[in-house]
Amino acid sequence: MSIIKFLDEFTNDNIEGKLASRKDALNKITRIGKKAAMASIPLGLAGMVSQKSKAAVFQSNDQVVATLQLALVLEYLEASFYNQALDSGVLTNPKATAIYEQIAKHENAHVTLLKDVINSLGETPGAEPTFDFTAGGAFDPFNENGAGQETAYAQLLALAQAFEDTGVRAYKGQAGNLMGNDQLLTAALQIHSVEARHASEIRRLRGLEGWITLNQRGIGMPAAAQPVYDGATPESNTIQGGVDVTTLGNGNPFTAEASSQAYDEVLTGDEAVAIASLFIE
Amino acid sequence: MRNKKIKVEPAAVGKGNSRRKFLKLSGLAVAGTGLLLSCSSDDDGGNPNPDVFDLGGGDLGVLNYAYALEQLEAEFYTRVVNGSYWSSAATEEKNILEDLYNHEVNHREFFKAALNANFSADVVLPAQLEFDFSSVDFNNRNSVLQTAMVLEDTGVKAYNGAGKIIETAAYLVIAGKIVSVEARHAAAIRSIIGGDMDDFKLFSGDDIVDANGLDGAENPSVIIQAAGGFIVTPFTANQLP
Repeated sequence: MSIIKFLDEFTNDNIEGKLASRKDALNKITRIGKKAAMASIPLGLAGMVSQKSKAAVFQSNDQVVATLQLALVLEYLEASFYNQALDSGVLTNPKATAIYEQIAKHENAHVTLLKDVINSLGETPGAEPTFDFTAGGAFDPFNENGAGQETAYAQLLALAQAFEDTGVRAYKGQAGNLMGNDQLLTAALQIHSVEARHASEIRRLRGLEGWITLNQRGIGMPAAAQPVYDGATPESNTIQGGVDVTTLGNGNPFTAEASSQAYDEVLTGDEAVAIASLFIE
Repeated sequence: MRNKKIKVEPAAVGKGNSRRKFLKLSGLAVAGTGLLLSCSSDDDGGNPNPDVFDLGGGDLGVLNYAYALEQLEAEFYTRVVNGSYWSSAATEEKNILEDLYNHEVNHREFFKAALNANFSADVVLPAQLEFDFSSVDFNNRNSVLQTAMVLEDTGVKAYNGAGKIIETAAYLVIAGKIVSVEARHAAAIRSIIGGDMDDFKLFSGDDIVDANGLDGAENPSVIIQAAGGFIVTPFTANQLP
């Protein structure tokens, strides 16, 4: 399977050239996902994936597996980040430590679950990439390079927000690829809402609201995090199902701000890969 | 920036509580009235009681079901922001509950518009379901926050369980856009409640997220029974699991 085909299977649209870093992302995914992404799909998979095929929307098996492999990369990233955060000594207050412990527990569980599911489909889970949470020296969230406790802590929280808000949008963007397989779709939705709980709490820990207003990344977030809130369908979108929800009534519930907060938006597969790739060596 | 004027919607007046019964909703005893609950997994499409509205099946059934839940949540927060707890609440809690009111009213109107744009009026759930919140004390912080937590957690389980019933990918995406906001709400309310007792993990607590790191997911029949304590207007979900 070519890398282009692999990435195209993450997306149902035909957006081309939206990302300056797309080529970088392609190169990165080639390396991180080589084993997973390039794996040929065994022919005998059909009976294992589909219990109840909804003919019009049923997705191919390799699309299901590719979706799960992308999810696994994102979960590897989050689990590694929170595990290292807890070991870094940067978290010193009991509230932040407790929050990171709880999130770490869930992200590690998601890694295990996704690996088990991929194995159960007769596929080999992708190997864990080597992560660089300094993003080439831009950040020092674990205070390994002399940033100091205060700066490291701020970056630790900012990166967590970026990863959680990305996770929510990425899972949402992949849900359609699992239609027709009730068990996998439901499990993905169950992970998706846990990521949203995490996102809300990390945002609140940073002094923000738990929900996203327009495409604002929020105070203290580095400009490099803006793609988390942009994309082909930016978080500021208020058109839902062809209807501009700001026109559905008057007053506070229908302002552009409230109307954007009330709906989270999707990231396409290559948008999510581009964000994750900033932290993959 | 915030407009402090909250639109006051007329609260539905309770009536006909002769069939009052008590249901348990996640440990909260709530007063309930005559919800006709009749769910089955049969997809026979029949409506055995033509006098009672049936949600329908497939996309229509899920949209009507979501519309009912969003009506419930919107009505709850409408009463919250018109109650005395909210008017004197701490700024953070006041802002959160006002946002939740805004979001749920927006969701409710979205489903109303989506249903009426795609289905004939006779199969769209009525716009003014009647609710009974007599079990909630809107002057009491604990009562409001605990009820909000149950409603938001229930909303998450409901959308997570309904995804598999949806037939059209665009509707699945919209349900996904809404459920993650419900989960953000649930975490924020839980975070406030947890903060009161130094339980900093309650936002995503072990009581709601299982050992696999999975949130809840329940079928409509389970959710409708759980929420039935608040719902007065009878309807059935004969074509939903």
